[in-house]
Amino acid sequence: MNILKSTVWLLRYIPQFCVTLAVFCGGQAFAQDPIRIAFIDPQSGTFAATGESGYLQLQFAADYFYNDKGGVLGGRKIEVIALDNKGSAADSQQQLRRAISEGIQYVVSGNGSAVASALSTAIERHNRRNPDQRVLFLNYAAVDPILTGADCSFWHFRFDAHSDMKMDVMTSHIASNPDIHKVYVIGQDYSFGKAVGDAAISMLAAKRPDIEIVGNELHPIGQVKDFTPYVTKIVSSGADAIITGNWGGDMVALGRSIIDAGLDVPIYTFYAAYDGITATLGEAGKNKIRLVHNDYANPVTNDVRRAYTEAFKAKFPHKDITQPRLATLLQMLTLAMEETGSTDPFAIATAMEDMRVTNITGEEVWMRGEDHQAFQPLYISVHTDENVVFDADNSGFGLVTEFSVPAADTISPSSCNMNRPQQ
Amino acid sequence: MFKFAVWIIFAIVIVLLPQFFTSLLSVSILNQMAIAIVFALSYNMLLGQGGMLSFGHAVYFGLGGFMAVHALLGIEDGDYFFSVTLIPLVGGLFGLLAALFIGSFSTHKAGTVFAMISLGVGELIAASSLILVSFFGGEAGVSGDRTYGPTFFGYDFAQDIQVYYLAAAWMFIATLAMYLFTQTPAGRMANAVRDNPERAEFIGYSARRVRLISFVMSGFFAGIAGGLFAVNYEILTEQNLNAVTSGNVLLMAYIGGLGFFIGPIIGAVVLTLMNSVLSHYTTLWMLYLGIMFVLTVMFLPNGLTGFLMMHRTPWHLGKIRLLIKPYIVTSIPGAVFALSLVAMVEMAHSSEAEFVFLGASFNSSGIVSWGVLIAIALGSFIALRRSLPALREAWAQANAIDSGEQK
Amino acid sequence: MFEVLIFATLNGLVTGLLLFMLASGLTLIFSMMGVLNFAHASFYMLGAYFAYSISLYTGFWPALILAPVLVGVLGALVERYGLRRVHKSGHVAELIFTFGLAFLIEEAVQFFWGRATKDYRSPDILDFPLFTLFGQNFPAYKAFMIFISIAIFIALYFVLTRTRIGIIIQAAITHPHTVGNLGHNVPLIFMAVFGVGTGLAGLAGVIAGPVLTTFPGMAMVLGSIVFVIVVIGGLGSLAGALVASLLIGLLQSYAIASDLGMPDLLNWLGVSFERDHPLNDIWRLTLPQIAPILPYLLLVLVLIFRPSGLFGKRES
Repeated sequence: MNILKSTVWLLRYIPQFCVTLAVFCGGQAFAQDPIRIAFIDPQSGTFAATGESGYLQLQFAADYFYNDKGGVLGGRKIEVIALDNKGSAADSQQQLRRAISEGIQYVVSGNGSAVASALSTAIERHNRRNPDQRVLFLNYAAVDPILTGADCSFWHFRFDAHSDMKMDVMTSHIASNPDIHKVYVIGQDYSFGKAVGDAAISMLAAKRPDIEIVGNELHPIGQVKDFTPYVTKIVSSGADAIITGNWGGDMVALGRSIIDAGLDVPIYTFYAAYDGITATLGEAGKNKIRLVHNDYANPVTNDVRRAYTEAFKAKFPHKDITQPRLATLLQMLTLAMEETGSTDPFAIATAMEDMRVTNITGEEVWMRGEDHQAFQPLYISVHTDENVVFDADNSGFGLVTEFSVPAADTISPSSCNMNRPQQ
Repeated sequence: MFKFAVWIIFAIVIVLLPQFFTSLLSVSILNQMAIAIVFALSYNMLLGQGGMLSFGHAVYFGLGGFMAVHALLGIEDGDYFFSVTLIPLVGGLFGLLAALFIGSFSTHKAGTVFAMISLGVGELIAASSLILVSFFGGEAGVSGDRTYGPTFFGYDFAQDIQVYYLAAAWMFIATLAMYLFTQTPAGRMANAVRDNPERAEFIGYSARRVRLISFVMSGFFAGIAGGLFAVNYEILTEQNLNAVTSGNVLLMAYIGGLGFFIGPIIGAVVLTLMNSVLSHYTTLWMLYLGIMFVLTVMFLPNGLTGFLMMHRTPWHLGKIRLLIKPYIVTSIPGAVFALSLVAMVEMAHSSEAEFVFLGASFNSSGIVSWGVLIAIALGSFIALRRSLPALREAWAQANAIDSGEQK
Repeated sequence: MFEVLIFATLNGLVTGLLLFMLASGLTLIFSMMGVLNFAHASFYMLGAYFAYSISLYTGFWPALILAPVLVGVLGALVERYGLRRVHKSGHVAELIFTFGLAFLIEEAVQFFWGRATKDYRSPDILDFPLFTLFGQNFPAYKAFMIFISIAIFIALYFVLTRTRIGIIIQAAITHPHTVGNLGHNVPLIFMAVFGVGTGLAGLAGVIAGPVLTTFPGMAMVLGSIVFVIVVIGGLGSLAGALVASLLIGLLQSYAIASDLGMPDLLNWLGVSFERDHPLNDIWRLTLPQIAPILPYLLLVLVLIFRPSGLFGKRES
């Protein structure tokens, strides 16, 4: 009897319990709610540093450019919700379902091409299976060419340049330096590392056939304790430039080992800046480390960009603006909303095709309709402490742009055969 | 009879659950739970029942899953023609084969040797999965589509809810099968070999063969879990067979309680919930998980289930109500203490100036906020310490068999 | 090729000796208490982080002394208030406790120091190339690392074989009850050994931090390798740990330095495969590519054919 009573008593509280666990019990979106964007990136674990700072930057950009100026679509605010995918493809899908359950229609992600391609596939499938609950995928950093190539999707938009575009710029810069005759390529043993190596070799062969590739090395990702043995090989190969697609701990360790060995050659990288890397490379890496990217670095001349960066630094003194293109992403998204007067992902996606906006650095960005790849000028910057207005990691060191390629020269033909859904 | 009823109730519960939790997210959490339950139970066949500590159980989960994805791809390409409902079996059989091969040399010894071989094999397979791209797909993994192939009574498994019923059915069958396995002579001998291999040898059983049987069965069920994972997520990556996944399943089984059949089920449910609910509220959830794990090992060596089972004696004595009041008296300051610590941790971690915790707003650099929290923590800690003797007293009373009183 | 060989040997020696500093503490703890300390590499990481924080105020040299002591004290506290409590529940529980501790320490490090790489540097006084051979510098700091590791080995060897406390420790390994009956405080000895073992790991962290970079994943990278060494060398054998450390350090270094791989083997055998063969990945493997997983391969092989390890006397 007692048990029965207490069971009834417990049952009465279940609805209340469910309200507390509202996420778990599901919810619905209302018309005048804020426009919500799910930011699916690592917020915990090894890769959390980049995901965490990406979230802060996206929310800050939303506040700075829109929410503080009255919102979009007649006063609706933009709210960014960070969903932790722990760097895993499966967890990303879990978080995608959470976003869909909460009625979110836009997903922003970018850390890791494996995760991005899993998300792109999952969203493509979800939209096909549930045409009334469609979701849009805005990719701000995953650079595998396949995402806007063979595996392109109508629902996926990429705001970063893909790795082949970046490699084209990098090899042009190398080719323009007559002192470079021997190049060593080293990378992490996975698709991106291999793609970087293959692209570097084929592009250099086309641009400067006299340059000899003296090494094409792959090392296991995240497993190498000490890069000195690799550096020994680099030294004995007589290389006078190094290309690497390494990121995170592997980038720092490789850079330090090269510098410690006294090897004084340019090191061309994709990701050797910010999140502690700049501070760790410090004085020793000065004028040696170069980086290819699409975010114009120092010296900042544009007032919008300067004011934006200063406002961000005032709010988060220990963080840096590492992804200015998150602002471009919001620009295109909100412009599409205002143009169509709707938040429907299909309408937005259609409006964003072949859209052109002027980004916060004052450059024109074009979103190609064929494959949803953004085109903008690309740059090579050098790691130094001279002429640095906005440094990285508060270290005094930062990136200074020394070579640029206009957007028109970065365009390559699209290989995307897009499957376009009906309204 | 009682046991039979338990299984019926279990079946009813899993059928009814999606009626209460209807959102896409809750269904996908339920799917995740079903997979985790099978995986954790298969792990407990090794550690709980067989006494073999494995640091590489994800290998069988992952290999089974990868094979299942390849089977999905085969269905898609028209190479095979069978229903998606049978995919978990493909995973299971491949997990079994893998376990048979690796078990043939790793089950010679139990204890540290076994643990170390499992660690080595786990690292080897995880590392080679990034190198052998044609089977494992590198770090991007392999993805398939579950909606091809013949429909199953009109189900095409496009929606998650249909996958739930598939996963729940497999989970029920696997759980039942694993339970029945513990009742077979092989399952009983696994316990005997765990406790005393010499004696088991004396009565004519080869300890090695008994271990191998448990190991292979465990690989089979881990493979089924991997197959379910393949159907649910339609993708497998290197992360599904690396050390993190192996560590997770150890955590689930241990926090749930190794010594009980139901333990890993509870562990799987609790950790899956923590993983998806807690991680939504704080980025520090891994820290809390670590603390919880260490505290569990220190204070609840038999896991959460062990803690619940401690109340069997008072329950049978009819004295469980003696504990209610002291539990409440202890748990209130306990919860306040824990929450105030959490608040301090979160506040220290917060990068924004204003910090909101449970509806209360704090100034994360303000001395007042810190002072208030420290005062609350200290006060509740003292209250907690004060309440403990009464709890101990009540516990002793509740467990005491008084001769005068009727049960 | 010759210069590659010389540098590969030097690199292997540096790595091997560093690994030995970790492995020596681990094997000492194991042989005394029967506990395989999964968190050992986490104490190594703590050493690096403590040293980084201390060096911000005092510079490198005080940190070299202070950080390992702090780590050792922390280790002793863990033994006293954690492990000793779990000891009752058996070896599996102890192993799992240290496993959880490793997890917890990694999270705690991220909480206190953040997730970004820390700029922890070697002291300026050692910041010069000791010698330059064939165009490559050998940093003086690496020589310093070798020196410290060898000094530790000699000191440990001396303490264990020549001093009274060493004899008590050796006796406590095999006959803890007898030692207890003789009036020695065995739990205190355990605590001290655990503290010294973790302190050694901390010292390894202090000197390795500037070279191998100080980041939250540094324990993970090294964690299982140290285990592999202790097991290959034979559980509880200090000499075995030294040999296995050097073996693994040199093996990896040589494997990376070599340019050999399956293609060379196949050429030599005169076999050829088309590029799109399903097993193409295997035929294209090179030694440098698989160098970091060689220790695990070695581990599995050693355990299959000689479960007690190279120098081990007992099996588990």
